[in-house]
Amino acid sequence: MNLKHKPLLAALAIALLLLPFATDAMLGRGWVRIADFALLYIMLALGLNIVVGYAGLLDLGYVAFFAVGAYNYALLSSPQFGLHWPFWVVLPLGALLACCFGVLLGAPTLKLRGDYLAIVTLGFGEIIRIFLNNLNAPVNITNGPQGISMIDPIRAGEFSMGGEHQLFGLAFPATHLHYYLFLLFTLLVIFVSRRLEGSRIGRAWMAIREDEVAAEAMGLNTRNIKLLAFAMGATFGGLSGGLFAGFQGFVSPESFSLMESIMILCMVVLGGMGNIGGVILGGVLLVLLPEALRNGAGPMQQALFGKTLVDPESLRMLMFGLALIAVMLLRPAGLWPSTQRRRELSPDEMISHQEQDTVYDNSK
Amino acid sequence: MTTANNPLLELAGVGKRFGGLAALSAVSLHIGRGEIYGLIGPNGAGKTTLFNVVTGLYQLDEGNFTFDGVAYSRCKPHVLAEAGIARTFQNIRLFANMTALENIMVGCHVRTRSGIWGALTRNAAARAEERAIAQRARELLRYVGIDRPHETLAKHLSYGEQRRLEIARALATEPKLLALDEPAAGMNATETGSLKTLLQTIRASGITVLLIEHDVKLIMGLCDRVTVLDYGRKIAEGVPEQVRRDPAVIAAYLGGEAA
Repeated sequence: MNLKHKPLLAALAIALLLLPFATDAMLGRGWVRIADFALLYIMLALGLNIVVGYAGLLDLGYVAFFAVGAYNYALLSSPQFGLHWPFWVVLPLGALLACCFGVLLGAPTLKLRGDYLAIVTLGFGEIIRIFLNNLNAPVNITNGPQGISMIDPIRAGEFSMGGEHQLFGLAFPATHLHYYLFLLFTLLVIFVSRRLEGSRIGRAWMAIREDEVAAEAMGLNTRNIKLLAFAMGATFGGLSGGLFAGFQGFVSPESFSLMESIMILCMVVLGGMGNIGGVILGGVLLVLLPEALRNGAGPMQQALFGKTLVDPESLRMLMFGLALIAVMLLRPAGLWPSTQRRRELSPDEMISHQEQDTVYDNSK
Repeated sequence: MTTANNPLLELAGVGKRFGGLAALSAVSLHIGRGEIYGLIGPNGAGKTTLFNVVTGLYQLDEGNFTFDGVAYSRCKPHVLAEAGIARTFQNIRLFANMTALENIMVGCHVRTRSGIWGALTRNAAARAEERAIAQRARELLRYVGIDRPHETLAKHLSYGEQRRLEIARALATEPKLLALDEPAAGMNATETGSLKTLLQTIRASGITVLLIEHDVKLIMGLCDRVTVLDYGRKIAEGVPEQVRRDPAVIAAYLGGEAA
């Protein structure tokens, strides 16, 4: 870390610490909750970034790992089976289980590339969701479409995060407590991502992304390295899922639809594939923008036209789609691309590249 | 020089077919340690197929080959890379969006060990290994004569430099056999000249070189022995001078009946 960045980082740290209280005071409790969700999504996006951004494997069923983590927590820590395991057991277990599912999905799909891999992973995501939806008969495991409710809050000893606490003379409601917990885990995920990115493993992932055949010929065991990418990505997904279940107190299959997978993928692509900062930015924007539109579009129409012309919910998706198209046209490498991607996609370069190609062709 | 009784790579009746097309049939040859061995033939003769077979990208259908005393028939590319066969590609296959240095560092992968734990903790061993990898990559970059900032992306290098970077990346795997698929293709006379010097240096360092090339002058000036392939069959083998005068070879290149 650079010295001149120190004041900037300190300011950022303070801002992040004060965020829930500031948001609560200015915008209301609901927005703190949205911030909590933003952190969960950032963890998911960073996990998917390992698979898509680093290793270049297009995974459209990523939300399945989120589901595995969430249901693991829900089943082991709720009245569903009368199990009330502590979260510090359930959470790592969920991450581990998701990791196993990552390998399970990775193993048979290793030979697939590009579009084919995308379709198989999409299928995998749906299979998990449909299983969760239907595992209520003949033996009721997941409670089917009704989902599992009354999940235990995250608690350590007597300290339950489900309620309000007085700490340092301040009142910390549940949303605030979760915010700090999620922030901690997000920092952990960022740390792991950064460390992996600059390592021998990270280089191997990128080599596979760039040219799998060449990577193989250079002695990379592509099977294991790709499995590792799937496993690491899935672990983050499972972790985030467990936190989600503990926070929400309720899980049902509809939280894990294909739309969610696509949303997470959008965060990665929109923010800037392969760049941790970009992915975080993408996560924040894609959580905040729809919420802002949802809260803003209705009242705005009332003020302008005196009535609601378009249902804010459908308008939200419309605006969202337009925003995505605009970003992809104007900044194809993402809002905050990794330096490499930026250079890769700059228009001048494309031309110079095409020229170079023709030169090669002529020389053959 | 040639030590025929203790070859580094020995092919015995190697055959590879794609559907009805026999890309290689019953090819046998042996490459001695320290040789520069040429593989020539008209386009479509099966030279690259042979490369793909000995580097594990294709699985052979008949026969087998022995490398450094170990027999292989069905084998993954990374196993052969670990055994000591490294290659370059006819149409350059660098990791285009990684830097020149990183490309070579990926080549070091197969000789290094640190895994997830090392990456996460950055313990002393992992850091030492990473330093050694970077150091070796810088050396190799100099060795092949690429004088550019290390952060230059591979695709921003000139054509000749890209060819040389591929060689450096292959050398990073610490091979016993370096297989080069048309390294001089598209190079001008000066570049070909420096390539020739580079290959001689590589051989002098104890690495055996297997070379596919169309540049006859380069082959003649460089190779100890040459095999000529045509339609997947070996039609001649021997020292370059002798092969050049072989009627079957002339016929293969110029067409028509062997005069």
